[in-house]
Order: sequence, then structure tokens, then C-alpha cells
Amino acid sequence: MALRLADYKTDVHNDWCPGCGDFGIVNAIQMALAEMGVRRDKAAIFSGIGCSGKTSHYINTYGIHTLHGRVLTFAQGAKLANPDMTILAVGGDGDGLGIGAGHFVAAGRRNIDMTYVIFDNGVYGLTKGQASPTLKLGEKTKSLPSPNTNHSVNPIGLAVASGFTFVARGYSYDVRHLKDLLTQAVRHKGLAFLDVLQPCPTYNDINTRDWYAGKDMMKESMERHNRIYKLEDTKYDPTVNYDDPAENNRHLAQALVKSLEWGERIPTGVFYSNELTGQYSDRIKDKIPNYTENPPARQSIARADGTSNADLERILDSLEV
Amino acid sequence: MEVDLTWMIGGPQGSGVESGAGIFSQVCAEAGYHIFGKREFYSNIKGEHSYFVVRVTDGATHSNTSGTDLLAAFGAETIFRHYDGVRAGGGIIYNSELEQVGTESVHTLDGPFTERLHRQLDESGAEHTVAGALQCARNAGVFLYPVPFKEILARLAEETGDPKLGGFVRLYNTIAVSLSLRLLGMSAAPLRDSVAKIFAKKPAVSDVNTRAAMLAYDAFDTRADIAGFQAGNRLRDSVQKEPHTILVQGYQGTALGKMAAGCRFQPYYPITPASDESVYMETHEILDVIDDRPGSTVVIQTEDEICAIGMTIGGALTGTRSATCTSGPGFSLMNEALGWAGINEVPIVITDYQRSGPSTGLPTRHGQDDLLSVIFAGHGEFPRIVYASGSVEESFYDTGRCFNYAEEFQVPLIHMMDKFLANTVQTCRRFDPQKVEIRRGKLLEEEAATGGTAVEAPDGGGGDGGEAAPAYHRFAFTDDGISPRAKLGMDDFVFWNTGDESDETGHITEDPILRIKMMEKRMSRLDLIPDRIPAEEQALEITDERGHGDGNSSSAGTGDYQAEGAHRPITVVTWGSATGPARDAIEMLRRQDGIRARLIQVKLLHPFPTGRLTELLQSGGREDHTVVDIEANYSGQLGTLLVQNLGLHADHYILKYSGRGMTCTEVYGALKRIADGTAGKREVLKYGA
Repeated sequence: MALRLADYKTDVHNDWCPGCGDFGIVNAIQMALAEMGVRRDKAAIFSGIGCSGKTSHYINTYGIHTLHGRVLTFAQGAKLANPDMTILAVGGDGDGLGIGAGHFVAAGRRNIDMTYVIFDNGVYGLTKGQASPTLKLGEKTKSLPSPNTNHSVNPIGLAVASGFTFVARGYSYDVRHLKDLLTQAVRHKGLAFLDVLQPCPTYNDINTRDWYAGKDMMKESMERHNRIYKLEDTKYDPTVNYDDPAENNRHLAQALVKSLEWGERIPTGVFYSNELTGQYSDRIKDKIPNYTENPPARQSIARADGTSNADLERILDSLEV
Repeated sequence: MEVDLTWMIGGPQGSGVESGAGIFSQVCAEAGYHIFGKREFYSNIKGEHSYFVVRVTDGATHSNTSGTDLLAAFGAETIFRHYDGVRAGGGIIYNSELEQVGTESVHTLDGPFTERLHRQLDESGAEHTVAGALQCARNAGVFLYPVPFKEILARLAEETGDPKLGGFVRLYNTIAVSLSLRLLGMSAAPLRDSVAKIFAKKPAVSDVNTRAAMLAYDAFDTRADIAGFQAGNRLRDSVQKEPHTILVQGYQGTALGKMAAGCRFQPYYPITPASDESVYMETHEILDVIDDRPGSTVVIQTEDEICAIGMTIGGALTGTRSATCTSGPGFSLMNEALGWAGINEVPIVITDYQRSGPSTGLPTRHGQDDLLSVIFAGHGEFPRIVYASGSVEESFYDTGRCFNYAEEFQVPLIHMMDKFLANTVQTCRRFDPQKVEIRRGKLLEEEAATGGTAVEAPDGGGGDGGEAAPAYHRFAFTDDGISPRAKLGMDDFVFWNTGDESDETGHITEDPILRIKMMEKRMSRLDLIPDRIPAEEQALEITDERGHGDGNSSSAGTGDYQAEGAHRPITVVTWGSATGPARDAIEMLRRQDGIRARLIQVKLLHPFPTGRLTELLQSGGREDHTVVDIEANYSGQLGTLLVQNLGLHADHYILKYSGRGMTCTEVYGALKRIADGTAGKREVLKYGA
């Protein structure tokens, strides 16, 4: 039965600010799920804390609104226990790259088959606009008392270095492109990371929609200089094509260099994609051969009479004196 | 009991103290003796002093005693630290090459201890050497048995033609065990059998250990005076053995309990003394299942304890019985997520192996000082269950109960264990997984296979376009405040969770009236829990029946607690691992002084079983008794709960916070002083190196 976009919407009142970039991301997620025909009850959106944390309430799948910085921990636990689920984790850049940075790195090392989307706007919106990890050094958004004293973190570079096997960037006002990236991310076998540039119209008065559109760069010619461009429109090839360390290193290095590009030109699209590195579930299967068919969530644990069905006789025999 | 013997082996960490104790315990347990052993060690990998003390009895015991009957020492430090703990009539087997070693050359002797040692040796006019310490022991009536360990290795090298074995000091542990068993009067055969069993998977190791053991056995100088020692300390090759006895390590109780209870997901972060449980579960990750394909426990080592509890919650949301295992510092990190599980009514089990805090505290030492911290952990108010086991055997069955409680009441549950229990080695009745019931409360199931409630999909949620909102509401108001619980991935049971206050569907609300209803829905469980959990599972009066089974036959009956003579009746209230020493101490009091005392063990610590305890404390006109609280912390945390919930102020506190487990001997001493009227309000125990 075909699922329509409307099936993925809830009637929960959306209280994001007018013009918020988050709307585009929610729409893109709903469109991607509809396009892929992912059943509502086989998908779960896990979210962190902040404006982006409310995302899970607006999407009509299982929705788990977790703790600040901890979204990946909950999401990975659910995926490991029930690998049949399609899992998306979402959160802000403060959530994932500030308080949750340790989990970000550790998740990369595991490479569990799921998708993580960061709503990247450079500010802590819900607490009234403090500097978040992706705000550049020296920038002073409107509610900061003084310019930002920290260097910014490079989300794409950190993801590549941590072991994420699909790393991409989208822009929240290019919903179709974002939907395409999300579709690729969800279909990717392994842990996918999607950094979404998402203007905060209320607190980030630097990286605004107009700024991304390059309006500040319009000169005498009045020519439009959109900062954002798509990697797929260039000769950039993100895909690791064969299982060889040199091939992989070349793509990792390329992605890292590309991730440093910022300012007049900002790349979006897929930076790095590698399905040749094994997923975490492969490593579990090496130890537990029937993990896929009989994962934790599917196992029976009781007999008909309501007592344990675990047969511990071999272990207990070895302990008996 | 005719046999009640305490054997100790000590040496530098990493020198095989633990495996030596393993062999000794195995031999004695195979012979039919009861074993109660415990391990003490520094936060260190190699070099610091560790020791293992094993109590061997021909009846059930639940604790160690103070003092040693036979000390086996292959390093000088062991002698310095423990020579004065050997009882008159006991013995010390030691490596004779050590005699001239002075305290100054043992670099792991710390300052405060060395100062105390020197003072003690000076008082006896003994020099600061092994020989000096041993002279003091001899003067105190201890038999000394010097053995040239190196010569035994030389003979081994000769016999095997492998000169390397001549310097293979890793075999000193086996040699010490063999000499000990020889001195205690056992023949060589049981030792040979046990070594073969323990090293069954490593034939080469088995062979060299057996040879070393036999050479040591024969090397024992039979001209030595063993008759005097054996007059008080003798083991037979075989005594009447209880059928179906297992020799089990503390952490195996909860690990096997989890396997039996259907826990199939355990994320954890390494921490002493909790990690052993998770490692054991991973070692046995593939499980045999009755009438089904093999099952498995997915054990995940996470990046920190925050991830461990986050993953545990994620697993529990899929309907998997999920748990984690930690100690105080890790539990502190879990506090925020504990509240999330509370507000979202997610059943998870956290096994908390307490150690001495605060902060890193004494990281490898015992303590019961986290009770109040776990009861009050997390900001805001939410229901949780805190349940404590008092012995290894109990911990197996309690683990099953814990998962049932967590799921029936849909709350996070903290199962309190501790270092004392984790590092106990004990004989007990073979665990029976078939006695572990699986009760999953209002968990909804698509198939009735896993013990939950089978359900039909709600109307209108057919995934066919979603015209009608699904009828399923995760937090639906019900008569008892507990809502049917769906799992992630169930057809047509889409739900939402949030750490915010929510409405019945799980969406955020800040409505004041709904907030009140939701708070009351959740918090009403604090009344429901003690109402529904059977009284004897909340707290019990332990009445000992010596000579029956292993003595674990606790009953909730009304024991004869009457003190004789002038003594006021004594009622001991305790929890967790203090129960064992308390129980044995009360038995000593009865046997040696004819004083009877009652023992009440509290297992459900939160919500506090006020009704059950009132009944136990007041039944039969027992208002006029001396109440003694026994626990391993500074402030008497259970005592605080008694004041808070019952308005009951304990008359005396027997407390220990040295980081070492209580012995029954020292608890007995304190109880005796209480009975005699010479005790202070706080009796602080100090035994143990």
C-alpha cells in the first residue's frame, strides 16, 4: 500500500519560529520516508534536546525525544536490540558536537546502520542564542555579549575522522536536495551523517538565508553569488570504489580537505561514502551467528508455563563440585 | 561445626594469588566442605599486595572470621602484613629464602602501615625482617613451616629437563597450595584431580602445575611438628557432600540470573568491581534455549556510562529485557538518564556493585555507601525501585525478580550489590533457572511467545493512509496507573516518548492539570509497589536452622529472639552483604553466650516497605527491644531510612567504612558489647588489612 507524505505528519502544533530552517528538514525527512515507503511502525526518530529535539513529535513514526547530547546512545541501543528498525537520530550542533561529542566519535567507531542528522545553525536557540560549536571564532551573533572566543568544530571532518561511512551536507532551504541526501543516507549500509546548514532566523544574524544566498557578495554587477554549491555538479567523487587502504585514504583525505572549504563557496552533497568497511552488525554476527534472524528483541525468553526458557545446564555443570 | 578453618594466601598482584585460591577452594569444595572466600586487592595491575582468604567449614557459613589458621606466603610482604593475624595453634608456610628480607626492601609497604609494623616489632624487640615478624608469630603460639620454594622449582626443572622452569616463580601459588593441603592432612589425589579439572582446557599448564604440586607435596619436611598444628586444623579427603553444590564467584550470581531472566542486551562501561559480570556474560553470550534455537546476550562495551544507560533504555524500548552494570562513579553519570527512564516508564535494570566512595574513593574496596544516593538519584520526582541482595545465591533469584518488578511496574530498577559480594567465592546450592518466573506486566506482544499480553492491533491504525489516529496511547490513564506498553517496531502501535512532561500519547505538554494527573499516575506506583510485591520479598526475618541444607532456608516466621537473663531483646536490622556476617554473628552469640537476637534483612529499600517492617518489628509485643542497625558505611544509611519512614531511631549502629568486608567475629564482638551494655551508640569495625 503506497504511503503518502501526509501519513508521516502528526497534528502536533509546531512551535518553531516563522522562517526556521528546521521546517525544511522535517519536510525532507517526511518526503524521504514516503519516497522509500518505510512503514511508520518500522521507523523511529530519536531526537536530542533543543528546537531540533521536537522533530520527533512532528513525524508520524515512533518518536523518542531523548536527552541533551545523548540521542545517539538511545538510538544505537534500539538498533542493536532490534536491527529491523529504520533509525534516524536528529539533534542540533550543540547537542551532537558539544555536550554529545564523545558519543559522536564513539558512534563513528562502531558504524551501526542508521542515520544521524545534525541541524547546524551555530547557536543555542532555545536558550536564547549562545554560541554553539559550529560558530566561527570571533563572530558575534546578535545575542552574544562579545564575539565568540572558541574555534569552531568541523562536523564533516570530525565525522570522517571518527569513522562514519557516509558523510554529507545539505541545506535546509533546498528541501528536494536534502530529501535526496536523506534517502541516500538511510539506504547507506552503515552509519550515515548528514550535516544540515539551517539558518536560525531569530538568533543567528550572520549565517542567514540571505548570507547563504550570497546577497552580501553582490557587487556592481548585481550578479547572484550563491555560496552554496553541490559537489555532484563538480568532478568530486565521494565513493570508495574498491576495498583497498590506499583508495580509502585518498577519499578520506579528499573529504577532509573539502570539508575545510567555507566562506565564499560552501559545498553540499556527499563528501564521503564507503560501504566496503564492515558494519557493526557484521562484527556481532562473527560472534553470534544467528544475530540477524534472532536479535535480542525477537528472542523468546519464557516457556508456556511462564518460567525461564534459558538452558544454563552446561554452565552450571562446570560450576558444580 | 567441627571444622571451621581459615586459610590465607597472599602475594604480589599478578603472581597467581587468585588462581592459587581457586585451586585450594576447588579441592576443599570437591571434598564436600563449605567454602566462603574473599579477595582483597589494590587498584593496581601488578606488584601491590593482594590476598585471598578462604573459610572452610563442614556446615554452612555466610561470612569470614577474623584471624587466620593457616597462612601460605610466598612473598615477604604477605608475612609482614598478616603474621599477627594468625591464631595461636595456627601455622605459617613460607618461602624460607625470605627470612632475611627487611621491611626497607619491600617497596610496596606503604608509609602508614610500615610505621605501625615497626612499632609493633619494636615492642616485641624483634628486628624489622621477615625473621623478626616470624619470631613474633612463634612467640604467639604459631607453628612455622619454612620451605625452600626455589629448590622445588629446581627439582621440577631437573625432572622435566626444562631448565627454564627453575626460575618459573608463577608456580609458587600451586606450590603453596600443595604444601597447605599436605599440612592440613589431605592426600595428594584430590589436589591432582582439581588441578586437572581447572586446567582441563590447557594440557601443558595442567601438566606443569600437577608436577609442581606433587613435588611440593613430597618436599614437605615430615620431620616438622605437624601434630601440634593438626590437633586444631585438619581436613579430610572427603566429608559428606551436599548434592548439587556449585562453587560460584560473586558476580556469577547476577550474570547467570540475567541469562535466566531473559536479559538479552547489556551495554556497560568497565569499572571495578562491576565489569566481571559483563565480561562473564559476554563469555557466555550464546545461550542454549529449551525447545528453541540458540539465544544470545548482546553485550556492548560503550564509551562511558552515559552511553551504557542510554543504550540500555533504547534496548528496553524494543521490548528486550535490557540491563547495565556499574559501580558508584558510573552510576553517578547515569543520573540524568535514570530520570528519563522514570518519566517515560521504561523498565531497565541497573546492577550497582557498590564500592567505597566518595569520588574514586577506595576503588577496589568494599562499601555500602551508595544506598541513599541511588534512592534519591536524579533531579525531580519519579518512581524507581531499589532492591538489595544479601548473598550470591540470593542474587541469582533476585535478578529474576528485579526484571519482573521493573516490567510489572514500568520503572527503572537498581539492584544493589557490592564489592564484598562481587569478590566472594562460595559454595551454594546449584541455581535452578526453572524457578525463575518471567512476568512482564502489561507488555503488549504480537505473539504470546515471550510472556507478555497478546493483543490485536488497535482500530484505525492500519498504516493504510492514517485517516484515523491510532487508538494506542502509551501513557493512557488506567485504574492502577500503569498503561499497556508497546515496543518499538510493533505493527500499528506507534508511540512517542519525551523527557518533557507529556500527554497520554507521549507528546509534550505544559498544561498544569495534565501535569498533575501525570505526576499522580507515575507517583502512585510508590504505593502500588509495596502493595503488590509479596511481603517476604520486601523484608524477611532470618531464622537459622543449622544442619538443614546450606542454611539459606530463610523464613519469614517469628523466631525466638528472647534474650536470656538480664539482656534486653536485640533486633538486628540490616541489608545487602552485611546480612551474612550479621547472621553468623547472631549464631555465635546464641552458641557462645546463649543470647538470642532476631535478624531482619531489608531487601526492598525503595519504596520503603514501611508496612512490612512495622509488622516485623512490632509483632508479638516487641516494642521493647534494642534495635541495632548493621551496615558498611559511615552514617548508617538504612538507619536514616528507618527514621524517615518509621520514626524509628536505632539504639546502636554497627558500622564499617575501612573498605574491608565485615567478619562475623567483629560483628559478634560488637553485638556482645551491646548485650552487655558496654557498647557505644556507634560501634565502628576495623578488622582487615
